[in-house]
Amino acid sequence: MNFDFSDDQKLLQQTARDYLAEHSPLAVCREILEGDAAYAETLWKGAAEMGWQGAVIPEEYGGAGFGYLELVLIAEEVGRALAPIPFSSSVYFATEALLRFGSDDQKKKLLPGLASGDAIGTFALTEKPGQQTIEHVAAKVEGGKLTGTKSPVADGEIATFAVVAAQGDGGLSLYLVDLTGDGVARKSIEAFDPTRPLSSIDFDGAPAELLGKGGEGAAQAEALLDRAAVLMAFEQLGAASRSFELTKEFVEGRFAFGRPIASFQAIKHRLADLYCEVQLARSSCFFGAWALDGDEPELGLAACQSRVQASEALNQMSIEMIQLYGGVGYTWEYDCHLFYRRARALAGALGTPNEWRNKLVDRVDFSEEA
Amino acid sequence: MDFNDTPEEAAFRAECRSWLEANAELRQPGDPGADALGERTTPETVKEAQAWQKKKAEAGWTCITWPKELGGRGGTTMQNVIWNQEEAKFRTPPNIFGIGLGMCGPTILTHGTTEQKERWIPKMIAGEEIWCQLFSEPSAGSDLAGLRSTAVKDGDDWVVNGQKIWTTGAHFCDWGILVVRTDPTVAKHSGLTFFVVDMHAPGVEVRPITQINRGQGFNEVFFSDVRIPDSQRISEVGNGWAVSITTLMNERSSIGGSGGAGGMRDLFRLAEEVEIDGRPAIEDRSVRYKLADFYIRAQGVKLTGNRTLSALSQGKTPGPEASLGKLVGAVMGQDMAAFAMELQGAASATFDESYTPQEGDWQGRYLGIPGLRIAGGTDEVLRNIIAERVLGLPPEARADKGLAFKDIPTGPPNA
Repeated sequence: MNFDFSDDQKLLQQTARDYLAEHSPLAVCREILEGDAAYAETLWKGAAEMGWQGAVIPEEYGGAGFGYLELVLIAEEVGRALAPIPFSSSVYFATEALLRFGSDDQKKKLLPGLASGDAIGTFALTEKPGQQTIEHVAAKVEGGKLTGTKSPVADGEIATFAVVAAQGDGGLSLYLVDLTGDGVARKSIEAFDPTRPLSSIDFDGAPAELLGKGGEGAAQAEALLDRAAVLMAFEQLGAASRSFELTKEFVEGRFAFGRPIASFQAIKHRLADLYCEVQLARSSCFFGAWALDGDEPELGLAACQSRVQASEALNQMSIEMIQLYGGVGYTWEYDCHLFYRRARALAGALGTPNEWRNKLVDRVDFSEEA
Repeated sequence: MDFNDTPEEAAFRAECRSWLEANAELRQPGDPGADALGERTTPETVKEAQAWQKKKAEAGWTCITWPKELGGRGGTTMQNVIWNQEEAKFRTPPNIFGIGLGMCGPTILTHGTTEQKERWIPKMIAGEEIWCQLFSEPSAGSDLAGLRSTAVKDGDDWVVNGQKIWTTGAHFCDWGILVVRTDPTVAKHSGLTFFVVDMHAPGVEVRPITQINRGQGFNEVFFSDVRIPDSQRISEVGNGWAVSITTLMNERSSIGGSGGAGGMRDLFRLAEEVEIDGRPAIEDRSVRYKLADFYIRAQGVKLTGNRTLSALSQGKTPGPEASLGKLVGAVMGQDMAAFAMELQGAASATFDESYTPQEGDWQGRYLGIPGLRIAGGTDEVLRNIIAERVLGLPPEARADKGLAFKDIPTGPPNA
């Protein structure tokens, strides 16, 4: 058994961590939070030079030709740094959609731009508040023109194109839509985590190009969500691990009643519990990575497993981070709220944890469980 | 990143498997699980367990990592894990040797003299002599080093007085490992000494403790002027704490990872069988969320165990992730049992094999699990271990620091 990453993969992860430590300290995330820019453009370009956006894109389309075991570790580092870049939209969704369902022409046209970071893609599925299954999409494509509204769309304002789920071509299908073209009106929605921008996009006769086979949109979207869930889980794991480390450092350095507050059982028992949550998330993410890499039959289960466990680890960690920092944790000046916001931004993307719990019960063959 | 054995591991597994197939029956779905705090062991089950142990010992399938010259297999930790995984798939008698082989043996192997090893280890391996562990006392549980039983030197013997408690299996054991106070005038950790005691010696009295589930796995053991020859002392006088730590580290590694959860299939089936408002409970969203959480947590513990195994498989020391299995598993097991009873509605208040859903198994678990959260390190002690030994957080301030044991404040004696 070798349920771990190889030394080469760990080295790549360390390189990513070092790069982000230099180019994406939490101050970079804060600049986006407090400023007008929607994302850190310089960091995005730098990431592309490191080959991250094109990590799993074959070299013939301008990518780095790594595998998913490398990509998940990059995702963990992006999450660790709370890097304010549209990595998940462009890499986990748009790139994955093209790699899996795109024609050779579509790949040739779009993948090199995604790899170089010149193009930013996103996935437009959700249309309104609440928990909907994929089948309830109302947006329509008729005669190659898309009509309807998608909101919230992650990175919708900065994306150059979107993969859109809409009814047409014999049922629910996926379409490629140029967001810079005709019939597209985008407006920004204020985000709970402003470092992960969200938009509402009105489509009024926007040209839409079928991606993959018509009528298979539900299965395609489900496959995309499963793959993205594993990648997003690593991003959440990275943020949770960082939050844990910062919190531990804080309680070790903070003194009250003449001793470090980390010496009180009331504090250390909570850190022990949080440690367990983060470790369970890490093990679950490893399982997700294994399933994603080999496209294993267990991928559907592994997606639920890693998605739920990593979401909850980051949620709990970010809540306890503020509490354990005490008063200063509630100030704008300290970084705790960056994690608190990011936790909810990531948990709310691509289906909330409860939606994944619900899927899991459908997917478990419990006659085989001990 | 894979879950496969190396070629050597696969070959070893096949070897284990073929011996087991020739000597035992495969477990079937619905077979009762191994119960950590089960019924009192009868003389018949002890005989049956001894026969199985002897069979394994003769074929070299026990004490996989122990030295060959003492009757072990001289194998690796990973081989031991593989053997345990395979053996668990077969119907075998209750394991009454867990404490001896998991804790007493490793302690003697680490700290015993050559004569002591030769005297005790081979018979322990063969299952001819059964061992127990005499550590906890009524006033020394989580604070083990606060123990009060004493040993006083008298000629070539030590004379032991005091009481031990929570001694699993004491009523059928031949030998016990014992830690007692030999010097109350020094700091508490410094005044302890470690012995091996003959459980059949005059002055040793074993009384069963009845648990909340009416099980009797544990005992109280009373020592009245029990004489132990100095040749049965393990390590130096005053070094008992260091020796005890060896035992406890082995206890944790033998308990760790087991999780104590189990029952996932039963819980899903129950949710299919019982109804909420005329529909199968499993169709209810709130039920599904809970089921998913239990499943995910149990898998999380199992997958974390796989990370530990990977480290072992590659000859590395397992990381800190090894210590969370019992803490997470036991708490979750209790939550699962409570949820299963909730699903039963009014029937949750019954405990009748012929009436209660799933023969009252969940009620039984609910009564059993509080013990699991305490035995082998309470939840609180495990959190301290994770916080202090894994995360390196500073220790709790202590009121007994630097004091001689006799000067340490104590609470009023129990009525």
